[in-house]
Amino acid sequence: MGMTITEKILAAHAGVDRVRPGELVECEVDFLFANDITAPLAIREFEKLRVEKVFDRNKVALVPDHYAPNKDIRAAEQCMILRAFAREQEIPWYYEIGRMGVAHVLLAEEGLVVPGDLFVGADSHTVNHGALGAFATGVGSTDLAAAMATGRLWFKVPESMRFEFVGELKPWVTGKDLILWIIGRIGVDGARYRAMEFTGPALAQLSMDQRFTLTNMAVEAGAKNGIMNPDEVTLEWVRPRAKRPWKVYRSDPDAEYASNTVIDCSHLEPVVAMHPSPGNVVPVWEARHIEIDQAFIGTCTNGRIEDLRLAARVLEGQTVHPHVRLIIIPATPRIYRQALEEGLIKIFLDAGAAVGTPGCGPCIGGHMGVLGEGERCISTSSRNFIGRMGHPKSEAYLSSPAVAAASAVLGRIAHPDEVVKRVAVGR
Amino acid sequence: MRYRGKAWKLGDHIDTDVIIPARYLVTTDPQELARHCFEDLDPTLHEQIQPGDIVVAGENFGQGSSREHAPIAIQALGVRCVLAKSFARIFYRNSFNIGLPLLECPEAVDGTETGDELEVDLAAGTIHNLTKGQLYHAHAIPPFMLRLLQVGGLINYVREQLQAGRGVQGL
Ligand code: SF4
Repeated sequence: MGMTITEKILAAHAGVDRVRPGELVECEVDFLFANDITAPLAIREFEKLRVEKVFDRNKVALVPDHYAPNKDIRAAEQCMILRAFAREQEIPWYYEIGRMGVAHVLLAEEGLVVPGDLFVGADSHTVNHGALGAFATGVGSTDLAAAMATGRLWFKVPESMRFEFVGELKPWVTGKDLILWIIGRIGVDGARYRAMEFTGPALAQLSMDQRFTLTNMAVEAGAKNGIMNPDEVTLEWVRPRAKRPWKVYRSDPDAEYASNTVIDCSHLEPVVAMHPSPGNVVPVWEARHIEIDQAFIGTCTNGRIEDLRLAARVLEGQTVHPHVRLIIIPATPRIYRQALEEGLIKIFLDAGAAVGTPGCGPCIGGHMGVLGEGERCISTSSRNFIGRMGHPKSEAYLSSPAVAAASAVLGRIAHPDEVVKRVAVGR
Repeated sequence: MRYRGKAWKLGDHIDTDVIIPARYLVTTDPQELARHCFEDLDPTLHEQIQPGDIVVAGENFGQGSSREHAPIAIQALGVRCVLAKSFARIFYRNSFNIGLPLLECPEAVDGTETGDELEVDLAAGTIHNLTKGQLYHAHAIPPFMLRLLQVGGLINYVREQLQAGRGVQGL
């Protein structure tokens, strides 16, 4: 019996030939990180361990992406804890404002996570990096503290669920629509404790930007990790970026899966997750009556260059609806610069959008676009739980950047076809 | 590890954003976090829950973010144990790591209402609803998780391992 890519990576990092689902294994960690919300707790717990130094200062990143640039005095104090720790521990991968971006986009872009890695982050969307063919999973601050001290962490080997994409993607159907569609189908706990492995010929047609969106939201189905077998698209992306050697693992053809789902993409439409759950998924056509006050394009889910290009295609020559605030936040400084050079930022400003500095922005309702009572926002982020983006009585709807941009123009949830002529989303 | 307390029944898919909203994540102080625990679900709940009480919930309790502030806030309310039909995985790890026990038992959840008096025996894995006179058997807590509870969480456990010269987590 063969092994899945997830099992192979866990086995290799546990120093054993094979592992089976359900087994507890202790693994070496290749790289880890925390942010300005989780690191202060992790540093406090790390200090209780009374080890002087982190296990390897080159394998730790600290990214103040949530409430930075500091939103208030207390956020400033949390960022100071990261900064001081990074200096004291001589951690090279501390990202100061100006160089900082959303960690899940930044660390991949910086080549700090590579195929075959076992990567943990004190942030649930760490699963994002599985698109590289790495085992990447989110942990809490105490787990991160233990890993920072010892370079090791225990894992329960997950069962894997296999999702195979076949058929041609329709115009405007993106990685976001694929993952929302799956979550809508299997539910927000449909992959609880499991690995979600994405594969198939339709996936092979998707760029890395689209693929990251898919693995990023595996956690919204409760998964331990989302993962893909590296192919030429992956390696082309990794080669110019990687700061370390990598190793390609691929699932064996006779690996065992808890389930096998074949998804014919040619039937899929752009979708929206209705408030208040990423699992309330409907075709955009059914949500067109919902008026919005704000649209937000950005985050670790959809703040990459291709997402911005998609938004720009919809927004070019258009004007944001007078009742709507459109906030666009490139996920990293490099993406921001690229958007500037490609003329996308001009398109956004001409349309009447606000373009923000890289970071999480309004995704968790902390700053830069918090919703008031009764307000509605369409967002390209990953979560729309009660109170997620502001007041407990505000509402968030999740979509692709194309749908969010079209909605910003029409002032209600809209299909991009309503605003602009059809284009295909591809490599 | 036996606890007796009053049950507070919540629904399915209670996420970390309603356990502790992100707007309060500018502190790591447990008491301050406790004052906002469950706020977006019911702003008065944190005042009603008393030390020693037991939170009872449906499926997938703790879904969402990795914020350890969520189990910390619940623990700081004085809650001894959370009983649910199932738990989200990061929340599950985080809770045992900080010494907050979790028990899975769908039947006991279905058979319990807010206000019922429960007696929980972690080692035996039993839940006794004293109000209804029912006894339930939960899924056994895995031995490694029990060990974490016995030593007071992962940090103490790792410290023991390091002192024993194992240098690793000793699994
Ligand atoms: S962008 Fe949103 S989901 Fe992503 S790391 Fe930031 S807060 Fe979390």
